[in-house]
Amino acid sequence: MKIVVCVKYVPDATADRGFNEDGTTDRESVDSLLSELDEYAIEQALQIVESGVEAEITYLTVGPDDAREALRKALAMGGDKAIHVSDDDIQGSDALGTSLILAKAIEKAGFDLVVCGMASTDGAMGVLPAMIAERLGVPQVTYLDEVSVEGGVVKGRREGDVASETVEASLPAVISVTDRTGEARFPSFKGIMAAKKKPVEELDLDDLEIDSDEVGLSASWSTVDAATARPARTKGEVVTDEGEGGVQLAAFLAAKKFI
Amino acid sequence: MGEILVLVDHVDGAVRKPTLELLTLARRIGEPSAVFLGKGADAATETLGRYGAQKVYVVDAAEVDDYLVVPKADALAQIAESASPAAILVPSSADGREIGARVAVRLGSGLITDAVDVVAGENGPETEQSVFAATYQVRAHVTKGTPIITVKPNAATPEEAPATPAVEAVSVTFSAAATGTKIVATAAREKSDRPELTEADIVVSGGRGVNGAENFVVIERVADALGAAVGASRAAVDAGWYPHSHQVGQTGTQVSPQLYIAAGISGAIQHRAGMQTSKTIVAVNKDEDAPIFDLVDYGVVGDLFKVMPQLEEEINKRK
Repeated sequence: MKIVVCVKYVPDATADRGFNEDGTTDRESVDSLLSELDEYAIEQALQIVESGVEAEITYLTVGPDDAREALRKALAMGGDKAIHVSDDDIQGSDALGTSLILAKAIEKAGFDLVVCGMASTDGAMGVLPAMIAERLGVPQVTYLDEVSVEGGVVKGRREGDVASETVEASLPAVISVTDRTGEARFPSFKGIMAAKKKPVEELDLDDLEIDSDEVGLSASWSTVDAATARPARTKGEVVTDEGEGGVQLAAFLAAKKFI
Repeated sequence: MGEILVLVDHVDGAVRKPTLELLTLARRIGEPSAVFLGKGADAATETLGRYGAQKVYVVDAAEVDDYLVVPKADALAQIAESASPAAILVPSSADGREIGARVAVRLGSGLITDAVDVVAGENGPETEQSVFAATYQVRAHVTKGTPIITVKPNAATPEEAPATPAVEAVSVTFSAAATGTKIVATAAREKSDRPELTEADIVVSGGRGVNGAENFVVIERVADALGAAVGASRAAVDAGWYPHSHQVGQTGTQVSPQLYIAAGISGAIQHRAGMQTSKTIVAVNKDEDAPIFDLVDYGVVGDLFKVMPQLEEEINKRK
């Protein structure tokens, strides 16, 4: 069977991130890397294969030239090949545009199972898995803390909004996995060397038969009117406990009328 | 004023607080109609009316409870197609965001997620979002189709505006995909007398410094003295000291209470992303260089096992 893992190349979440003048994410002044939450998706795809499911793993990313770095890292962890969709007209695409590109690329590659992280660490909307499933017309099994594939059925456990749920769907399906699924492996030296020989297919919008006016900033279905840095919180009083710390803290809370 | 659809978040007809906040926000931008999916509409109608719902659309179908997300998206999309609302507001829960996502694709409409405020603007509803670990505030609006906006809990204070809503039962034609993902079993989480994390005015959280599941009682006692919810950092949850449903942070719950008390939490970016928009922040930590102290309105450098019990005692004394 065919597993497609969607990954995203994002500005480092531990750096000072910001915006360009047109309201798009500034990807120049901050180093980028494979989104941490996508590592869990890669790990689960690899574990599904290691559990005995015969499958080929393809990584898919949409992004500028250097987004290939995210694919190399994924391939170093394991898996077989990768697809990189890149086109000048893609820049500034919102989730609806991006989901269209991903869905077209997934259809072109062929799939039984699409694995995504629970959200990106930059946009953090967490809506792409549902949008991809909607566009592909297949079930979604999202926010899984545990996942297994057996006999053409994907099963998992998720923390729903009010209860813990066990869910299942027949393949083909789109799943997303959380950071609770277990630590992702580090690429080994052997893995890094092997990744250099794994094929990365380059595609543009023409290859996917997408009109350039369907995606990109100008086709975005919402627009940013203003992005302002929040004023840094002013650091308040910090005292050292010399036996009265709890009393002092209570006095502060009382002054603020919390007590 | 245009009709605003508000998707109701409820448990067997008990309406959850974020829905009341959505109805309050909806009145700023139009006339709210509630969309109630599942069982218990009779019990919910009075509450929905009290907070200003002029109309309640009811879809009572087994599919809604038995299958994940898609039946709810089918129902909301179908109601939206016939009502042609001016906007659709959905709670920013895991399900809510995904329902919004599918409806957006289906209606060809723009989607804004995790709004912390919604106001009427020149070009339709204007939203405010808090992004990049709450270091930026973004104002945005939808430019195509029916604006679909998911709204975070605590975005508004619920205000009553009593109305007697017209109730309209809607029968939905479910899509072939609706029954694709079956909910095979559910296990309710342990009921607690404490307020829910997302809805609480005060949150008291413990982290690595709590050093063991058995020590969390120190955090819980302060929380109970204040009528607060209990939170935990990812480190504490990963160590198995407290349930995941209490995790505050980027990949857990994002909270925005009036008061946030962090005990034994260093303040890694992962955690800050989940609590940085709290109105007042207080921390207790034995490391004076912990990054959490950069955010605090008041901080105590000290042993949480000495400071927190003393705080609890003092709160009870002052009551």
